[in-house]
Amino acid sequence: MKITLGTVTHPGGSRVNKTGSWRTANKPHFLHQRCVACNVCALTCPEGCIFGTGQNTYYANEDYCKGCGICANVCPVGDIEMIPEAGEYG
Amino acid sequence: MVKGRMLQGARAMAEMSALCRPKVISAYPITPQTLIVEELSQIVADGDLEAEFINVEGEHSAASVVLGAMAAGVRVFTCSSSQGLLLMSEVIFNIAGMRLPVVMICVNRSVSAPLNIWNDQQDSVIMRDSGWIQLYAENNQETCDLLLQAHKIGEDHRLRLMLPVMVCCDGYLLPHAFEIVDLPSQEEVDAFLPPYDPIYKLDIDNPTTMGAYADPEKYMETRYMLQETMKKSLPIIEEVARDFSSSFGRTSYGLFEKYRVDDASTVVVAMGSMAGTIKDVVDELRDQGEKVGILRLVCYRPFPKEALYEALSGAENIVVMEKCISLGASGPVATDVRSVFQGRPATPRISGFVLGLGGRDVTMDNVRYAIHKAQQQLEDADFVGLKEDLELEGINA
Repeated sequence: MKITLGTVTHPGGSRVNKTGSWRTANKPHFLHQRCVACNVCALTCPEGCIFGTGQNTYYANEDYCKGCGICANVCPVGDIEMIPEAGEYG
Repeated sequence: MVKGRMLQGARAMAEMSALCRPKVISAYPITPQTLIVEELSQIVADGDLEAEFINVEGEHSAASVVLGAMAAGVRVFTCSSSQGLLLMSEVIFNIAGMRLPVVMICVNRSVSAPLNIWNDQQDSVIMRDSGWIQLYAENNQETCDLLLQAHKIGEDHRLRLMLPVMVCCDGYLLPHAFEIVDLPSQEEVDAFLPPYDPIYKLDIDNPTTMGAYADPEKYMETRYMLQETMKKSLPIIEEVARDFSSSFGRTSYGLFEKYRVDDASTVVVAMGSMAGTIKDVVDELRDQGEKVGILRLVCYRPFPKEALYEALSGAENIVVMEKCISLGASGPVATDVRSVFQGRPATPRISGFVLGLGGRDVTMDNVRYAIHKAQQQLEDADFVGLKEDLELEGINA
């Protein structure tokens, strides 16, 4: 990767920053049982890293998810739960 | 070239800035810088310079405006002093980190508190770690000469410098003084200074982000790039000074000026206008048979360590006189000069003196005193010219 003068980057350039490593304890687990595809989880995600195309298809891109838990909190049907990270926290 | 006009320093600096064809100028008034931008705003209002003069509500905004304008690809100019420069400081670091070759004049003034509007060099010296090239002028002619060179140095493509440059001149002593100044013609300036050619710029057809986020995996490299580029700029600063000297028939010194240094056993190191007083003392002591000289530092950042070692290694005594202090430690310039000799064969005694803070006159007596004291013993951050009749609570009262 090249670092330009003044760290000039083009749109989308920050995708190389895999900030999901900042997550500490928990990450969202999409149960894919009761999802109504309301899209609220994706709309409220502060990282914009939740995607889905219909009922029970939503997922968080863990390369960028910070584990804040907003998606699990706002899901109207309780179809997302926060689970411990694997490894030493798991 | 228009020879020998009697001009107030601020007017000469404003005319020189206009000759460099900045497209955007933004500044906020602060004594003793205000005269320069007042003159510039008049020049723009009169239609003598095709530029936007943008009035703002403070120096943080002034610096941000020139940052943005330069990011959009045009040459810019700003100017400040003291508290104004401190208010700019966040943006000053951003400008360097974004590699935007902004040029500004710092009209040197002391820093509050207590409120004091007079000259010392504390304000710009605080900014020495920001990644800006810093050039210190002795007189109005040199301030103008360095201003023209500053654009050419900072915008240099060959080594991809893209570094901002701060030209520093002593408040009141220079911009408020009337001196005879030679200003070049527009044709001469255009021949010396090509139009600004940015390497990167903001462009809606090719969108970019500047100064983007750098996490711990990348930030350190950006600092390393600045550090290495600052070092690489030393020969460019010398080369532009040589080009200037041959183009305009007047010597420009590059990194520093040596005055009666070559056979001197005692060498004063100083920056800015007090060098004039020191040169007079040097002449007087030379007449009395003392081998004294002065090295006037023009380029303080990057600090020209190798060239200074070569120039100063024959001296027994080095006497640093400076108008600034790193409170609780030493004079910053003295500390830097000491670093030149660390671990090297030449080991001169390097004394540091603090003079002329907050507009206190630097007299020939002060300079004689410092030189002779340093010849007797090592001094560090010794304040010269204190009033002995004042009681200082907590110190001697």
